[in-house]
Amino acid sequence: METLELKAKKPTPSKVDTSISGSEAVLEALIAEQVDTIFGYPGGAIMPIYDALYDYNDVLKHILVRHEQGAIHAAQGYARTSGKTGVVFATSGPGATNLVTGLADAMIDSTPVVCITGQVFAHLLGTDAFQETDVINITTPITKWNYQVTDATEIPAALAKAFYIAGSGRPGPVLIDITKNAQMQMFDYAGYSKCNHIRSYRPKPIVRKEYVEQAAALINSAKKPFIIWGQGVILGRAEKEFKTFLEKSGIPAAWTIMGAGAIPTDHPQSVGMLGMHGNYGPNVLTNECDVLIAIGMRFDDRVTGRLDKYAKQAKVIHLDIDPSEIDKNVKTTVPVWGDCKETLPMLTALVQEKVYPEWLGQFNDHMELEKAKVINEELNPSGEILTMGEVINVLNKLTDGNAIVVTDVGQHQMVTCRYAKFNLSKSNITSGGLGTMGYALPAAIGAAYGDPTRTTVAVIGDGGFQMTLQELGTIMQFKPNVKILILNNQFLGMVRQWQQLFHAKRYSFVDITSPDFVQVAKGFGIPGNSIAKREDLEGALKQMLDHDGSFLLEVFVGKENNVFPMVPQGRGVAEIVLSREEI
Amino acid sequence: MLKQEYTITVYTENHIGLLNRIAIIFSRRKINIESLNTSPSEVDSVHRFTIVISETEDVVRKICTQIEKQVEVLKAYYNTQDEIVWQELALYKVPTDIIQAEVKVERLLRQHGAKAVVIRKDYTVFEVAGHREETDGLIKVLEPYGLIEFVRSARVAIIKDSDGFHSKLKEFEYREPGTETSTNEFLNENEEVFEM
Repeated sequence: METLELKAKKPTPSKVDTSISGSEAVLEALIAEQVDTIFGYPGGAIMPIYDALYDYNDVLKHILVRHEQGAIHAAQGYARTSGKTGVVFATSGPGATNLVTGLADAMIDSTPVVCITGQVFAHLLGTDAFQETDVINITTPITKWNYQVTDATEIPAALAKAFYIAGSGRPGPVLIDITKNAQMQMFDYAGYSKCNHIRSYRPKPIVRKEYVEQAAALINSAKKPFIIWGQGVILGRAEKEFKTFLEKSGIPAAWTIMGAGAIPTDHPQSVGMLGMHGNYGPNVLTNECDVLIAIGMRFDDRVTGRLDKYAKQAKVIHLDIDPSEIDKNVKTTVPVWGDCKETLPMLTALVQEKVYPEWLGQFNDHMELEKAKVINEELNPSGEILTMGEVINVLNKLTDGNAIVVTDVGQHQMVTCRYAKFNLSKSNITSGGLGTMGYALPAAIGAAYGDPTRTTVAVIGDGGFQMTLQELGTIMQFKPNVKILILNNQFLGMVRQWQQLFHAKRYSFVDITSPDFVQVAKGFGIPGNSIAKREDLEGALKQMLDHDGSFLLEVFVGKENNVFPMVPQGRGVAEIVLSREEI
Repeated sequence: MLKQEYTITVYTENHIGLLNRIAIIFSRRKINIESLNTSPSEVDSVHRFTIVISETEDVVRKICTQIEKQVEVLKAYYNTQDEIVWQELALYKVPTDIIQAEVKVERLLRQHGAKAVVIRKDYTVFEVAGHREETDGLIKVLEPYGLIEFVRSARVAIIKDSDGFHSKLKEFEYREPGTETSTNEFLNENEEVFEM
């Protein structure tokens, strides 16, 4: 992918005539915020902005997606791999409503995204004008902040606030709705100044030293402390601080799927994944630890299982930047409010250097059991038919854990998050909170733009791929380097697994037929391959990774394989089962 | 935990759309708002919401943190009934002729603390400010005489005495982040009730 040099075709900011259009003000704001990539789709109400974009083509790269949902998922993927704020353009009405799923996804997964939507002329608001929808009210519950601009003079300040709010504190999506008249209006432009303060908004709570001290005392007196970490470590850019804390304290640590990769997966203190399809040890031993240290995670129900059976014996230390997360689901003994980039070093300074060989041994024992009952068969199956796990295992070998792995939602997602090797942070891109099928392909496009230096592999199920496969057109046109790995079990696998386990195998509409994916990709000018045999696996993955450009590989895997271990819904984490027979 | 009546006081910026942002925090959790009032506050340019709901304390506390999380909200407090001084205003429109003939108006005004706002030939409007039982009480009295119209306002509430509030604040400070209550430049400069 080419890198762009930032220079506008016309020297807009320093023109003698300081009057510019609202649309130009939007683009100047983006440049001032160091935006280099926009994902969008034009339409009637955003045409003035697209008209202005014509002159900014050298400075702002615009990726024309095939559906606005693709634009926002791409912006999410971009934000997650680059650590910057993703930017989306969409028109009013259907353009804006197509963003809704992505906004909800970004909201629940704390992804910084700024969406700019066109809106009908201000004088038409409320008249049911063509392509008018009440976007502000539709998106209120799924944005961190949103604002409607009806006058061009508001644009610089509104966008400055938008970028500040989206990227600071606990990040999230922001939507700015700009009426067409404001986009066209000429006004006297006084330049753009970034926002760094809003009086009613406190992105970071002030760190309270006494809580850090209490937390350290609790940790130092613990016999079986246990760290669980989430995406907060990655969003807070605190990977180093976290690793230092981890290694000094010697405490075993497990991740939520959003936190995967914050430290390398093969770190000796990393004991596995939490949650419904997480590892056996971390789930069982959550109910045996004496001090539970939660860092940048929000105790999602998929992590905790039944709350009244969750870590009741433990004293809980919760480090979080968002005060509303404290005591939301799990009662905290010591709340450590603040940015973990600040609080972790404070905590590190106060904790004793320790090791917990016996306690860590317990995790290892559980892992051995899980290997014997689940993992060995998943990674090295005795049967002829391929498993999802072995595909990921060979992928690990070939990428050495250095690739960006984007997953969709379902069985393949759980398997990938369980078995993928991550050496680097910002490598695991998935829809964790909302569970948005169709996320992976567009998110992978954005992820590739967010960090073009690394290989991006999108692991997708046969169901999810069919939800947003139109974005193959975006790949065809703009040529981001995305490796598409379809794990095809010819079922909507996760729903089928639940129907098998909890609905007496009444397979209700999970039998999904698929087109010839390789032919589909070919139609979009993307080469591909389809395999079903073990002897072809490594070669096919290698062919995919070595190909110069995007490539689609379909791998047929066992139709009715299940993901285990599993914490069945409504049960406690310690009631995790390793096989069907135990349910 | 038992549900009881809580009065939530929210200090905010005065921006369009914020009412919706706050209201959906309740509707999302299927909580009925019993009364909602917006007004200026003792601080210039700071707006004040007074919201009444019946819920458990745990739920009310979480709702307050969710409200406070909104970008344009400065602070949210919750109080039980006995921690506040509150009033609701009610207006009653009744036919003047019947009232004059059949009711001892003077006694009625005294007993219920009512005020006659308008007296016309055809109708009279009384006003009562007070607690729910008081405003409800007058409805019962007037209903037999042909109550034409009745309306009651949302609750407005003042958080009682500063001593009580200090201890409340301390509790908040313990459960809440930072020193913001003491460094809040907007809430600090006025009443002592906002000082730490």
